[in-house]
Parts: sequence; C-alpha cells; structure tokens
Amino acid sequence: MNLQLDYVSLALYAASFGFYTLHLYRAKRWMGLLATILLACGIAAQYYALLERARLIHSIPYDDLYGSMSLFAWLVALTYLGLELYHRQRAVGSLVLPFVLFWELLAIAVTPSSELPAPQASGALFALHITIGMLAYSAFAISFLLSVIYLVQNHVLRRGKPGLAFWRFPALDLLERMSRSSVWVGWFALIVSTTFGFVWERRLTGHIGVADPKVLATLLLLAIYAGYLWIVRAPAWRGARAALVCACNFAVVLFSYTVVNLYFTSFHRYF
Amino acid sequence: MASDSIPNASDRGTRGRVEIALIGCNHLTAPVELRERVVFTPEQAVRAAAELRKTGVIEEAVVVSTCNRSELYGVAAESDQSTPTVMVSYFSEFHKIPKRELDGRLYQHVGHEAVRHLFRVAAGIDSMLLGEAEILGQVREAYGRALEHGSTGPVLNRMFQGALEVGKRVRSETEIGTRPMSVALASVKLAERVFGNLKGHSALIIGAGSVAEQVVEHLRLREIRELRVVNRSFERAKELARRMGGEAFEWSNLERLLVQPDILVTSVSGSQHVLTRTMLERAMAARSGRATFIVDLGVPRNVEPEAEGLYNVYLFNIDHLGEIVEQNKRAREAEVPRVKGLIDEHVLKFLAWQSGLEAAGLLDALQKRLEAERKALLAAHLAHFDGISDADRARLEQLTEELVNRIVEMPSGRLRQSRKLRRPVEGLAALRELFGLDEREDAAKPSEDEKK
Repeated sequence: MNLQLDYVSLALYAASFGFYTLHLYRAKRWMGLLATILLACGIAAQYYALLERARLIHSIPYDDLYGSMSLFAWLVALTYLGLELYHRQRAVGSLVLPFVLFWELLAIAVTPSSELPAPQASGALFALHITIGMLAYSAFAISFLLSVIYLVQNHVLRRGKPGLAFWRFPALDLLERMSRSSVWVGWFALIVSTTFGFVWERRLTGHIGVADPKVLATLLLLAIYAGYLWIVRAPAWRGARAALVCACNFAVVLFSYTVVNLYFTSFHRYF
Repeated sequence: MASDSIPNASDRGTRGRVEIALIGCNHLTAPVELRERVVFTPEQAVRAAAELRKTGVIEEAVVVSTCNRSELYGVAAESDQSTPTVMVSYFSEFHKIPKRELDGRLYQHVGHEAVRHLFRVAAGIDSMLLGEAEILGQVREAYGRALEHGSTGPVLNRMFQGALEVGKRVRSETEIGTRPMSVALASVKLAERVFGNLKGHSALIIGAGSVAEQVVEHLRLREIRELRVVNRSFERAKELARRMGGEAFEWSNLERLLVQPDILVTSVSGSQHVLTRTMLERAMAARSGRATFIVDLGVPRNVEPEAEGLYNVYLFNIDHLGEIVEQNKRAREAEVPRVKGLIDEHVLKFLAWQSGLEAAGLLDALQKRLEAERKALLAAHLAHFDGISDADRARLEQLTEELVNRIVEMPSGRLRQSRKLRRPVEGLAALRELFGLDEREDAAKPSEDEKK
C-alpha cells in the first residue's frame, strides 16, 4: 500500500510539534500560528491517506491495526485542533502532538497489508458508529493528557519551584475547562456511537444485546465520565481531585480499547 | 528599518565622519540624590535637545530621561573629539550643577560604544531591574518627542529605530522579561497560574504594607472585580481603601470577609497568626471549596502554616515568593549572553549603515574635490592655448569631466556592492585624510599664482 500521504502527515505533525515547542519557549505568535497551520495540513494529509485506504477496502479503515491506529491518531489531532480553536490556547500542543506522532508512527510501523481484508460490516450507520466511537476515545485521551498536565502544574505550583515551562502553560482553571470540554465531546460522542451501534445491531440481528463485554465496558465508561462531569459541578471537587478522577477514568478507556477488544469480545474484535 | 543600501549623499547633505556621542548617568554611577537633580521633564528634554543643536557643535540630539537615568545623545556636525565635553558642559549648566560635582558620575561614550549603550538600555540589560519592560517604552517616548520636534536626523533616527527593534526582539526572542522579578508581581502572576484571567475575581487585603499596595496595583491593572480592605485600625483601612479604590471594613468582620474573595493578601505586623487553619477551613466550607489564593507577606507569618494542606488553598509566604523571584533573577541573568548576541548583531548592522553614510559623503567630497581640481587646471592652462576654438574648448571640458566621473564611478560602484568595504569606518577616515577631503573647500581652490 502506498504510504506516501502517511509520511507527509507524519512530517507535518513533526514540524507542527517543533513549532508548538518553540512557541512554548519563545512565545512568538507566528510560531504558534504556523504550528496550528501545520497541524491542520497534517490532519488534511492524513484524512486523504485514510480516504485512500477506505476506498481500497470499501469500508472505514478500522479492522486492521494500521487503520485503527491511524484513525485514532487522526481523531486525536482533529479533536485537539477543535479544542485549541475553541479555547484559544496553544500551550499544550507540544504535549498532545507527541501522542499523535507516536500513534501515527506505530500505524506506519505495522505496515498495512496490501491484501484487502474482506469487510465484515459496512454501511453508513456502521461507519458512523465506529468513527464516532473512536472520536470519543480520542477526546478522552486528550482529557487524560490535560488532567496529567493539570496535576503536574498543580504539584509544581504547590512546591513553589516553577520552571520555565510553568510560566508558559495555561492556568489551572483553563486546563480544567479544556479537560472538561474534551470529556463532554467524548461523552456525547460515545452516546451517539453507542446508539448507532444498537440501531445497527437491531437492523442486523433484530435485537439489541447488552451482554457483550464491549457494550458493558462502554456503558461503564459512560457512567464513570458522567460521574466526572457531575462532580466537577461542585467547587469542592474541582481542581486536583477532578483531574485525578479524569486521569484514572482513562485507565478504563485503555482497558476497553485494548484488553476488552482483544480478549473479551468476538463481536467487537476489530484487529 | 531602512535597508542596508548606501545612503544617498544628496538626500542628507554631504557628511564627513559621523561622530555619535553620549553622556549621562544612571543608577550605577550616580546616587539617587544626584539622579533626581538631573531629571529632564518632557518639556525640558525638548528644550535641551533644541539648545544643544543651537550650539553648532551638535547636529542631532535626543534626551532620554527616566527615574534611573538621564542621558544626552548627540551627533556632531563635524568630526570633533570635544563633542562629549561640550555635552557635559551643557548638562552641567542646564541643571546648574558644578562640573566637579559630576566628576566620576557621568559616563561618556562615542561611536559604536554609544550605539551599544543605547541598545543595551533598550534591551533592558542596563536597567536596575534586569530585563524590565518599561524602559523600552521610555526610550520610544524620548525618541518620539525628539522626532516630533525635529531634533533628530538620519543618524539618530536610524540609531533609535535600531534600539527599538533590539528591544522588541529581545523581549520576543529571549526570556529576559518573561518571569516576574518583584514579590508583588510574582504574587499576581502566581494567582494568574491558578485562575487565569483575574478579571471578575475579587480580593481581600488584610493589613497594610508597601508590598501589599504594590500587589493591589498589579491586581488593579488586571481589572479585578472587587477589592476589600480590612485593618486593625479602621481609619487606616479607610485611607487604604480610598487610595486603592476599594471598600473598607472593620477588623471584627475579618472571618466573615474570608468567604467571598478568591485572592487574600495579608500584611499584618504581630506575633500571632491572623488566619488560622480552622478559620480557613470554615471559610472554604462556606465558599463550597472554591480555590483560594493566599499571599502571606507578613513576618512573622500571618497565616498558620498548617493551612497549606487545605484542599484548593494555594498559600505562598514571603519566603516562597522571594525564592521564586531569586530563581527568576537567575533565569534572566542566564539570558544575558543571548541578549548581548542580539545587541552585537544590531550594532554591526548599524555600523555598516553608518559606514555607508560616510562612504556616500566621502565619494561626494572626492567628486567635488576632483571637479575643483579639474576646473582649476583647465582655467590655468587653456588660457595659454592659442587658436583653440570654442568647440574644442567645450570638447576638452567634456572630456575632463568624463574622466573625473569615471574615476569616482568605480569606487562608488564597489562601495555600493560590497558591504565589507563599508564596514571599516576607520578605513574611510583614512581615505578622507589621504585625499585631503576634510580640508576646507577654499583651501582646495588654486591660488592666484597657481592660476597664473
């Protein structure tokens, strides 16, 4: 399979990461702007790479390790770009981009099979179910990163020995708001994805099954993130406690995405 | 900034050697008692620059005066070693301070050292507070005033524009000015690390102290929503509140007042803690656990240290803040070599431009000199040629004129093309001397005997 566009997007993400980091230390507006533009270009390039793959397999590229990881990296980048534009804050770009780069590198490293796997499931509703589900995971991943940054910043602030980056990163309040926005995106996306999944399953089998471990894990995810969104309404829970809850919640996301997919479910085993 | 191309001599008039001079004093050379006597108000700065130009020695002048420095920048009309002396005399007369009192208090720089000094000032590395940002604005104002009143010329325009560019680059490309260097500013910056934008937040000032007042000034600049003041002496609280633009409260209201504000600044003298952990626990419960930022400026501490462990309470005492300021100071000092690198780059750029200006003047002077020689030679010899027609005379005139132009054209072209040739200012000075271009024009004219 031709990976040229993947390499282009990887290079653009790497350049974007470089400029985000420079922007963090030099605080020059044009550097931040360039980083955002490069990120947007990387997202566009990867979109076309995914589109090419989708055309080849006649389905969204989720059912092999390459497609799954590449789609995930793309959605993380896309979600982050949305958050950045919404909150007008570029300081955390240098921490999110390595995550995107890592997943994209892994995707390229596993090299997609040139033999086209037969699509096990297809259709617009199914495509939306998968894509929006992965969007939810990527939004939770970003909220995890933001929560970790929050906890580190909070620790540094309390220790009273701030370094250079401390003065550059966003305020705790903004980090918390960004994390909350990201969780809201993930939570709604997961609800929509789950609903589409149920509808699609009903069309396919005539009934809705909740006994599948993946479905149970998803419902658990919805519950724990709803819990997070509920506790952050109370000022007494805001701050480090909420960040810790959010960071811990991500362990369940990882569990659902990896262990459940690989070992507990056959219905939702993608790769 | 203008390009590095060689300036057009005709635009600026023929210039010989450009002599930039600077005299002045700052916090390092003069005590505050002297500095406050040599301050120039904006009106005085304009007048001084105009008067300096009237002396005939100075062609361009700018006065930079702040609380920590008073400096005169001048460009001599002619190359003159005595320019700084004239400026010192004027400085002494203007402020009515005997010269002997200024001995050892004033620094003098000429040429590239004067340029470097101005660039250092604009970069903030010559300031009392390393990397302070205000000085750049003060230099801009001083230059703007001089420009408006016509006391600057091409040299000082270029030099001050260069200084402003250096200042801007230093602040955007280095960390010299990013971290807070005072306890008051560090407090407010730390509060911003917690709350982000402070607009819409409220503060309570407990007690009175100069640092607390500075904190309030910074909070005011950030458009804090509400400010309350509480002090053991209600009269003093009212006085402070009036000055700070806040609301005064009796000391008995202290615990009740803790509930609402997000930022607490305490500066109370006394051996007992003003805020105990229990008081803050109750306040935090009453405010539903919303984050509170506390700056304890008291010595001994006003806030019980155990309060530090309370959830969502960010407590900083004077030692924490002092340590942060010290760290920041070290970080700023570590940036000085980078700043100096930027300054060097711009000094070289300016010197190249200055050499260009001088080169243009040199070529202009050379052409005039050769032209004078040509005319004198023709006048002396054509009279002896019998039977020369007017047409031949005109042709001879044209031929010699073309010869002069060709002689000047080659070095002129090379100077325009090669920046290297323009750099060594001293080399240009030597050339002027070699061709006798600094001699008076009448001296260059042929004597009557020569004509005969």
